[in-house]
Amino acid sequence: MSATAHPPNPNDHPIAPYLRMDRMPHIWCPTCGIGTVVKCFATALEEADVDLDKVAITSGIGCTGRVAGYMKLDAFHTTHGRAIPFATGLKLARPELESVVFSGDGDLSGIGGNHFIHAARRNMDILVILVNNFIYGMTGGQNAPTTPISAKSSTMPFGNFERPFNLPHLAASCGASYVSRWTCLHIRRLTKCMRVALRRKGFRFIEVIAPCSTLYSRLNRLGGGLELMRFYHDNATIKHGIDTREVDIGFQDTIICGNFVDEEKPTFLEMMNAHYGKVLGDRYVPMPAEGGWLHD
Amino acid sequence: MKTDPKGVLTGVHYLDGDYACGEGAMAAGCRFVAGYPITPSTEVVERISRRFPFMGGTFIQMEDELASMAAVAGAAWTGTKSMTVTSGPGFSLMMENIGLAAMMETPCVVVNVQRGGPSTGLPTMVGQADMMQARWGSHGDYKVIAMSPQSPQEAFDLTIDAFNLAETYRVPVMFMMDECVGHMTEKVVIPDADEIDVVPRALSKKTPADYQPYAVNGRGVPEMVRAGDGYRFHTTGLTHDDRGYPEMSAERQQINVRRIMDKILLNVDDIVRIEEEDVDGAEVVVVAYGITARVARMGIDLARKQGVKVGFLRLVVVWPFPEKRIRELAAAVKAFVVPEINLGQMVLEVERCAAGQAKAVLVPHAGGGVHDPRVICDAIVEAAR
Ligand SMILES: Cc1ncc(C[n+]2csc(CCOP(=O)(O)OP(=O)(O)O)c2C)c(N)n1
Ligand code: SF4
Ligand SMILES: [Mg+2]
Repeated sequence: MSATAHPPNPNDHPIAPYLRMDRMPHIWCPTCGIGTVVKCFATALEEADVDLDKVAITSGIGCTGRVAGYMKLDAFHTTHGRAIPFATGLKLARPELESVVFSGDGDLSGIGGNHFIHAARRNMDILVILVNNFIYGMTGGQNAPTTPISAKSSTMPFGNFERPFNLPHLAASCGASYVSRWTCLHIRRLTKCMRVALRRKGFRFIEVIAPCSTLYSRLNRLGGGLELMRFYHDNATIKHGIDTREVDIGFQDTIICGNFVDEEKPTFLEMMNAHYGKVLGDRYVPMPAEGGWLHD
Repeated sequence: MKTDPKGVLTGVHYLDGDYACGEGAMAAGCRFVAGYPITPSTEVVERISRRFPFMGGTFIQMEDELASMAAVAGAAWTGTKSMTVTSGPGFSLMMENIGLAAMMETPCVVVNVQRGGPSTGLPTMVGQADMMQARWGSHGDYKVIAMSPQSPQEAFDLTIDAFNLAETYRVPVMFMMDECVGHMTEKVVIPDADEIDVVPRALSKKTPADYQPYAVNGRGVPEMVRAGDGYRFHTTGLTHDDRGYPEMSAERQQINVRRIMDKILLNVDDIVRIEEEDVDGAEVVVVAYGITARVARMGIDLARKQGVKVGFLRLVVVWPFPEKRIRELAAAVKAFVVPEINLGQMVLEVERCAAGQAKAVLVPHAGGGVHDPRVICDAIVEAAR
């Protein structure tokens, strides 16, 4: 950099228009993976050329749960675990919305696990982006339903002995129409996957493995964010279309990434509209795309 | 403005309170309902799920009441009038997102057809034991509106009122029926759509650049916008500033929480709905709500035959409580008699407002039935001594 150069203006960042720049700096730790996932999502929104006015983003609670608060979209920071049903309400009451959930592993698969499986079962028309850092970050590194066996957490100080979820398999076996996993090292592939998912319908699930450098890494002596990225580099393999039963994650073991499920099947809204249309004929009045009786 | 005729089943009907409540919601313009089945409330959503497909409404049976309340809060942000329906055990689960709705200032209606508690209690039998939970059930300081119908007709009329109050004050409104009213069948007159006044969502006319989700001007209720209209706003359950951005400070907490309390507190006179009978010159005033109001009238008649001067005050809106009126009456009467199907809830509020000027006598009933009017009569006679 020459001596006369100015520090870069954050507002010149390519994804600045997608962020609430008036809320920067964000709360995330240096080398936390969540920011990278946000970057990929913003890029995907741009590339997919969606109408941003019609995208609503909902988060639960946690470090990842703060994402909604930083995105310059209609954005809802809700309660712990309830992002999926909240986003379901948004979608059903204004079907033209693209309703996106962005939250953590604990939020969506622990306290919100019941909503997760039922939304997948219904093939509910929402896109779910789950940042899996193997831990409850926000509250200080407690065990999560995703913590690999033998990994340490603040509440499993001698190592975890509970079997974790295989989240892609959970989503796929419940009926999700689109399921993938990437790490936040796979910036290009993750971005593309998000872009594709934005164009698909139904319950779309993207798991992103991301470092919690402050807690998970420290508790398990895995080094800083950079070491974790190197770990992903050396240990992530891509196996598109693999049977999701095969994608369990062991402690510091191979991370299988890829697009596992990409099926065209009727979504909740399609099923509902088709069914009522068939049974009730033209007496059926579907919810208007812009919302229920709006008395303009 | 007048309501959407599609939701109005004009005519004279013979309906139970649950059905009437469902009809009231549809007549009010409600077009999204999420719920989870629970006795004795289920008929409300059964009615709605049968009629919604003909009027552009969506009902979804969620996986539990946590989800139902969350879905309703989300749906309400699209401008679609939204409601959920439950009974005690589900009401407990809804408290989490009732708090969220209160904090985000989300207009919606929560129907609780009360049964006997605690826990699973008496699933098919009456109770009025969630009255304090309606007011205090979620954590932190907030205020909601709660109302209690005494008949199927009122279940219809007041449900419309509940939606209107929810819109006017941007609060969740608790519709506190009881099993007796919910399951009692009576004549219900549903007027023409052009006789039904509804409060539309007051959408901000500001441009997205000028709009702040929690800025108030004069009135304590901020202007709302809908998700999907280009405002790209943010809202959170965290303590927040006018922009809806989190701000963790004691100062902001004071401003934020005070205002969501004050918008109700300062408008109590507009919100309170009570009915009085013969309170002037009364020695004793009976205070009751829901089915108990009807039973109490029989007790009052019996007491009058014994020469007691008894007045009656019916709580139609239960929260906010008609504090001012109870204080005034307390200066003039010997005692309030408060029959309720619980072991003492609203009586505590009567006692607090009476502030020692008049006695507040509870006539308890643990649930599973209504009072014997003679017991209410005895309490009145005793209180007048
Ligand atoms: C009902 C409730 N229980 C507990 C909490 C405390 N809490 C906040 S965030 C969190 C865990 C979040 O973990 P995760 O979803 O994995 O997000 P991360 O911080 O790791 O991104 C918990 C338990 C809460 N906010 N609400
Ligand atoms: S605690 Fe972990 S997950 Fe949370 S911001 Fe820090 S690094 Fe990220
Ligand atoms: Mg986590």
